Amino acid sequence: MTTTSFDAASLGARPITGSGRRRRARRPGSANWPLTIVLAVCALTVIVPIYVTVSMAFKTTRQAVNGNAFELPAPFSLSGFEQAWRLTDFPRSFALSVFVAVVAVSGTVVLSAWAAYAISHNWQRRFFRWSFFYLLAAMFLPFPVVALPQVKLTGMVHLDNPIGVAILHVMFQLSFSVMLFTAFLRSIPGELEESARMDGATTWQVFWKLIFPLLAPMSATVGIFAFLASWNDYMMPSLITSNPQLQTLPVLQQIFQTQFSNNYNVSFASYLMAMAPSIVVYLFTQRWVMAGVTQGAIK
Amino acid sequence: MAIAPLPTAAVRRSGFRRVEPTFYIFLVPTLILFTLAITLPAVMGIVLSFTNSVGFGTFRFVGLTNYQAAFSDPSILQAYGFTFLFAVITVVVVNLVAFLLAVSLTARIKARTALRTTFVVPMVISGIVIAYVFSYLFGTSVPALATALGVGPLEQSMLATPDLALVALVIVAAWQAIPSALLIYIAGLLSIPSEVYEAASLDGAGGWRQLRTITMPLVAGYIVINVILGFKGFLNVYDIIVGLTGGGPGTSTVSVAMSIFNGFSGGDYAYQMANATIFFIIAVVIALLQLRFTRGKATF
Repeated sequence: MTTTSFDAASLGARPITGSGRRRRARRPGSANWPLTIVLAVCALTVIVPIYVTVSMAFKTTRQAVNGNAFELPAPFSLSGFEQAWRLTDFPRSFALSVFVAVVAVSGTVVLSAWAAYAISHNWQRRFFRWSFFYLLAAMFLPFPVVALPQVKLTGMVHLDNPIGVAILHVMFQLSFSVMLFTAFLRSIPGELEESARMDGATTWQVFWKLIFPLLAPMSATVGIFAFLASWNDYMMPSLITSNPQLQTLPVLQQIFQTQFSNNYNVSFASYLMAMAPSIVVYLFTQRWVMAGVTQGAIK
Repeated sequence: MAIAPLPTAAVRRSGFRRVEPTFYIFLVPTLILFTLAITLPAVMGIVLSFTNSVGFGTFRFVGLTNYQAAFSDPSILQAYGFTFLFAVITVVVVNLVAFLLAVSLTARIKARTALRTTFVVPMVISGIVIAYVFSYLFGTSVPALATALGVGPLEQSMLATPDLALVALVIVAAWQAIPSALLIYIAGLLSIPSEVYEAASLDGAGGWRQLRTITMPLVAGYIVINVILGFKGFLNVYDIIVGLTGGGPGTSTVSVAMSIFNGFSGGDYAYQMANATIFFIIAVVIALLQLRFTRGKATF
């Protein structure tokens, strides 16, 4: 008897990964099987479209056009991938997408961590405080509102290319990221920094040796959201990038809507190659994805 | 005047000390870039909305002409009507489903982690790709199933009739938006101490009663957040319309974002900037509502 209650208490006190949930979950009593089954059936709404994408991608063109999306590939074929690879010039478009995402992620993490550090350290000064609200205001600005002038400006300064798209991705992530970083930094005790400064460290050194490592979990969240926003974006690259040869993967998928529109195995192979990286990243980083959604909404 | 001693926390906080230049280096370049990339285009757009610019060359100021024209333009009014209808329906659907899912996923179920992981997946997939996949399902698979089952209205592609196209868009938008609302609701539900439920159980309150009298009031703040965040996002709908209907059939599913982007062609530049400015004002109003309703609520 005593063992049980002790167990529950120690489980409940576990600091990481949703202690509250666990506390309720481990209460004695049997699992709710009917509800589990209902949820599993609901999960089919998520699984079926993904299943269709995967199974279509591995079909032959002949099987793909027969109209039954749900049957398994028979025979199993990679020709869809071969053609999709060629039609989207996959190595180049993938490299461009990766380039944009890498610049967007590193730019977002570094610039917003710098800005948040400067802001939280000098919060008592009007300039820094107002800068915070200035950066935050963009969160309420829908992209369509600034799109037309932005297209014109990026064209004027020759940034109507993936570099310009990456810079704009960073700019649109700033609000959310600076907000998360600032909230986090304000919870770090100032004494830590004081002692580093006593040892003669400059601000630059304090940031890189002390603050940035402390921010690591927050940087993971910020970075993943910057990645997802950048990798999946369609609106901005499709409007900003003028040369079709320099388009990222999501934008390129539109070629299957006009040409080759009946070769479903080819188009689905291409969709799969475009969506797989973000699903893989998500599966490995779920914890930070979930943390980011809740913190972003609640802070 | 004595030379300042080593700065202590008190001195630093009180703000007597000069700000170290490094902090400006950390902040100012970002502010400048941000101003050039976002503030400047926003201001340009607002200024141009009072002109007759076609996107290049000379222009002159025409006062409120563009705004007057926008308010009496059936295609713009239709875009606003459609976008608001779409956003309202989607918000309701997303929040109903996400709330029920969140309650179920925090109950005593098996395979909790696997189920939660699955339900969040749609959030991480590109909207345009999701739309293309669903456009195949709505265009080919659903009619095939409907024919086999004898469901008359669905034997044709849903995307071919305006009402069903709206339903299709709501389904896809909800599919993609439910995960983030779900995660926020889960966080809200987990913030309720289990003791409250235990006490209620002891007092004889059943599951439904607990949901209505404990859960709902305690997550009210989260519902407000989800409704506002969702509404704000759905007003920007663009990708999935491009992928599913392209604005059709006819122009029945053209959203505000799509109508603004029409400014690229057809010499409507300044006119669509007026449209964008109106849209911006609506976004600001929603933002103010958000601040008004969420301040001080639902903090961890």
